[in-house]
Amino acid sequence: MDRRDFLTAKRRKKERIISHTSTTESPRRITSGVNPYAGPWTENEIIHLLKRTMFGAKKADVDYFKTRTVSQAVDELLNPTAPQPGPPVKEYATSTTATTPDSNIAQGTTWVNDINSDGTVQSQRRASYKKWWTGMLINQDRSIREKLLMFWVDHFGNETIDVGLGNWVYMQHNLLRQYVLGNFRQMVDAITKDVAMLRYLNGYLNVASAPDENYARELMELFTLGKGSGSQYTENDVKEAAKVLTGWQINGTTYTSVFNASRHSTVNKTFSAFFNNTVITGRTGATAGQLELNDLLNMIFATQESAKFICRKFYRFFVYYAIDAATETNVIEPMATAFRNSGYDIKAPLALLFKSEHFFDVLNQNCYIKNPADHIIGSLREMNATFPPLTDWDTNYGMWNFFYASMVNTGQNLHDPPNVSGMPAYYQEPSYHEIWINSDSLPKRNQFTDTMVNTGFTRNGQRVIFNLVPWVQQFSNPGNPNDLIDDALKYVFRNQLSYESKKAIKTQILLSNQLYDYYWTNAWTAYMANPTTANFNTVNNRLRQLFQYFFNLSEYQLS
Amino acid sequence: MKRKEFLQKAIPAGVMLPAMINGYSVKAFGADSPLVQALMRGYTDTDHVLVIVQLAGGNDGLNTVIPISTYSNYFNARTNVAIPQNRILPLGSSGAGLHPSMTGMNNLFSNGMLKVIQAVGYPQPNFSHFRATDIWMSASNSNQEVFSGWAGRYLNYEYPNFPTGYPNVNAPDPLAIQIGSTTTLTTQGPVVNMAMSITNPTSFYNLLNGTTDPVPNTPAGKELQFIRIVNQQTQKYSTVIRNAANAVTQQVTYPTNNSLADQLKIVARLIKGGLKTRVYMVSFGGFDTHSVQVNAADTTTGAHANLLQRVSDAIKAFQDDLQFLQVQDRVIGMTYSEFGRRIKSNSSTGTDHGAAAPMFLFGSKIENGVLGNNPTIPANATVNDNVPMQYDFRSVYSTILEKWFCLDKTVVDGLYPPNINAQLQSLPLFKSGLVCNAVTPPPPVSDKIIWNYPHPFSNSTEITFKTQGGHTLIQIIDTLGRVIATLLEKDYTSATTDKITFNSEGLPTGVYYARLQNGVIQKVWPMLKVR
Repeated sequence: MDRRDFLTAKRRKKERIISHTSTTESPRRITSGVNPYAGPWTENEIIHLLKRTMFGAKKADVDYFKTRTVSQAVDELLNPTAPQPGPPVKEYATSTTATTPDSNIAQGTTWVNDINSDGTVQSQRRASYKKWWTGMLINQDRSIREKLLMFWVDHFGNETIDVGLGNWVYMQHNLLRQYVLGNFRQMVDAITKDVAMLRYLNGYLNVASAPDENYARELMELFTLGKGSGSQYTENDVKEAAKVLTGWQINGTTYTSVFNASRHSTVNKTFSAFFNNTVITGRTGATAGQLELNDLLNMIFATQESAKFICRKFYRFFVYYAIDAATETNVIEPMATAFRNSGYDIKAPLALLFKSEHFFDVLNQNCYIKNPADHIIGSLREMNATFPPLTDWDTNYGMWNFFYASMVNTGQNLHDPPNVSGMPAYYQEPSYHEIWINSDSLPKRNQFTDTMVNTGFTRNGQRVIFNLVPWVQQFSNPGNPNDLIDDALKYVFRNQLSYESKKAIKTQILLSNQLYDYYWTNAWTAYMANPTTANFNTVNNRLRQLFQYFFNLSEYQLS
Repeated sequence: MKRKEFLQKAIPAGVMLPAMINGYSVKAFGADSPLVQALMRGYTDTDHVLVIVQLAGGNDGLNTVIPISTYSNYFNARTNVAIPQNRILPLGSSGAGLHPSMTGMNNLFSNGMLKVIQAVGYPQPNFSHFRATDIWMSASNSNQEVFSGWAGRYLNYEYPNFPTGYPNVNAPDPLAIQIGSTTTLTTQGPVVNMAMSITNPTSFYNLLNGTTDPVPNTPAGKELQFIRIVNQQTQKYSTVIRNAANAVTQQVTYPTNNSLADQLKIVARLIKGGLKTRVYMVSFGGFDTHSVQVNAADTTTGAHANLLQRVSDAIKAFQDDLQFLQVQDRVIGMTYSEFGRRIKSNSSTGTDHGAAAPMFLFGSKIENGVLGNNPTIPANATVNDNVPMQYDFRSVYSTILEKWFCLDKTVVDGLYPPNINAQLQSLPLFKSGLVCNAVTPPPPVSDKIIWNYPHPFSNSTEITFKTQGGHTLIQIIDTLGRVIATLLEKDYTSATTDKITFNSEGLPTGVYYARLQNGVIQKVWPMLKVR
């Protein structure tokens, strides 16, 4: 069987298997592919694009993209121009119980370059890192960067609690941040030698005399090839790859990874037919580790499956979890081809996807169950929640910690998935995204929005809350209760409520059971003409009820 | 763990209890405080139920409870909407009567189950629908913003930490139920709303005409349906409500095309079905009758007559149903509207926003009768004239909490703005023989207990009043219904006759009212200031 026949056979087999394993009864029959989308470019489409590629769709961002084309908008989202954010700072008090407290670091300055392996200090730094990252999500620039970074951190599945050192965790985060929209092959090369990864998957223990297969296995199974039907690497391939990866260690005093040639396996490594029986020549000396790693990655990225595997993960993260045969053929394969043809430029398949007819297909809109970050960070951003200036680090970190904890509370602990596979919502058949929603998490989601509507969160006397009156003032006619509800719903929900539902909501909330629209109009006009506290509260009370109600509807969990 | 143990363990000294935020008189208390001690006594043992009927829009009180005894002034003030005297349904010998369309409630009165409370309001009335509604629901002072409701604070006191740990053995059912899509400020607790609404689009059980939007056969529809199902499973009360509703198969016939009747029918069903829910809220709108509230040809018909008839028919059917279901002794109802309407009608056969107005209480345990006097109506009413307050609406609330829900008076006071407590009265609303003691009806106040001299007066006048001892309050109210001065507020150790001077320098000429409040007694006395 030549290579072409081999691939064709594999593809047929895969299609059959996919239709079998697709256990969810999907009503979806999407045949659209990656042809450039040429349909309407209205608020609806922009909000769809932004909710999927960022955390929530802010009206200001929607307005910004109205004057761009689809292609321009996607290009801007994939090519951030804002500088990367500064590193986390020491916002915690110097420990009084640590053996070697980091009293050399002043509060408000960064700890990321300070070598200090004290367990107490590092525990404080892990917590500090998580608050900081939450803050970076909240303060994201107008691009896909922060959301895609969350994808990559989840993709590589490290648990900070196991990595142990906050410094290493941050270094891994920063490494992925550098490659977030760069070259995937280079990203994998770098993460292979990342100190946190070497620690988390035991790469630093991988020696020629008794290779540790942990990282080699996950490199193939989770990071590059997957376990789909198109992925036919063998158990022996894992063993051989483990030999390739022998010799890498961690320098615990400089927090760097080093290659120790004396621990490296110098034998030739022979791979299976899936890798075209590739033999990686055993090498010696200081460059042996990198040279063999290059060979290993070249071999992996020469497969067809690698690009497809990542593109399926992109698809599940950004579009929907169900991938049927038509989607595999019409979307995944063209994305994978673009990925390979670009030399694994991460932007290439994403640009193809986000500009496609398929992405904007109505059947792909409003079907995405928000992850906790979408729900919490997204609502903060969409509702224009304001925070103190970044220079007030104490207040900000305290607030960020509340929102970080709110995400944990609803099932997503940033950089701490249950295991190396990442969050189950992105791989666990058949439920996938539905895993986010259960009888524990859903009431907590509602309680979070209730809190943000009614009391907000206060730190150092400063409060972050959903300020509803200025929020509805973004729209052209908030004095008209029908326009107000329609405009608000464009941003709050992706689907439309029926006329009857909107009318019931309007009457019972905005009109306080009165019969005519002018009751709200008069209250709003009175507030605009004379913004006293009493007039403010009259409209604000009703907006609070309205938005609390919206946020509690099932529709709010979808984007 | 029993609740008492839980509280003892859970509340260290000095911790802020959730019930005590929002600036109320009880703020932060330790385990040794009387309030926390009171909290530890366990749930108040009562199966009593309150049904709150909101008449949204500002019901015209003067055409609902019509002053027969001052009929000519009433007629002169609002000739184009006045109800002919011979059509009024008299309320016994009270000198007041009901609108002719209110035969159902008149029947309740005849059967001893209706209380009319005259001229209920509050100092500094607000004429905005929304603001006035918020005041009635929150029981705040007029100039105060409170973001919780009076019933919400009550329920939060009885069931602290809700919803954490609920439902439980002692509180298996919703604490309060709003018939409608959303819960209102009335049941908003200090942190969460204590009520659940039962026609929520995501709710499990749409008892009436549902507004749940269908899900399309798309991926979005699939996921929405999934989340709705989880939502239903999460509704901890879905089963108990469904079971309660299903347990009742027979009810009396309710009037049709009457949304208030539809709502009350559900309430009766849930009560009989065994829910331990204490507060139900229903709402009925359309009372904002600025124009054409009557048919010019026959003022006993028209928009307002239709509204009152629906209210009266619905409440009568509800009370009949309670009797039929044999739960009548557990239930009382209360109507309120955010304000009454102006004494003088406008030329478009309507009435504009006003101040105090009557409230109705109904139920087999309600002491029948009319509390208070017919409002004083000037012989030549002007556009600014309003019905002066006789009873503060919070006196009604606090009497219900104290006498119907058997809360200690000190606890009730803790649920209200601190500066109002002393002015709240325990009112004679209930028949004797309740678990908690009913207030003895006040002696007839036909005896002159407040008057002034000289009368009329120009600059100052001396007000003479008789107190029976105890808390005594004299307020001056202007024709707009505003309390413009509190002349006197003090405790007398014994019954006495006393005097106080009302200095009106700088005030415009016209009618002023001196309101005496002494224990359960109140009396409003009109005074005329001249040049």
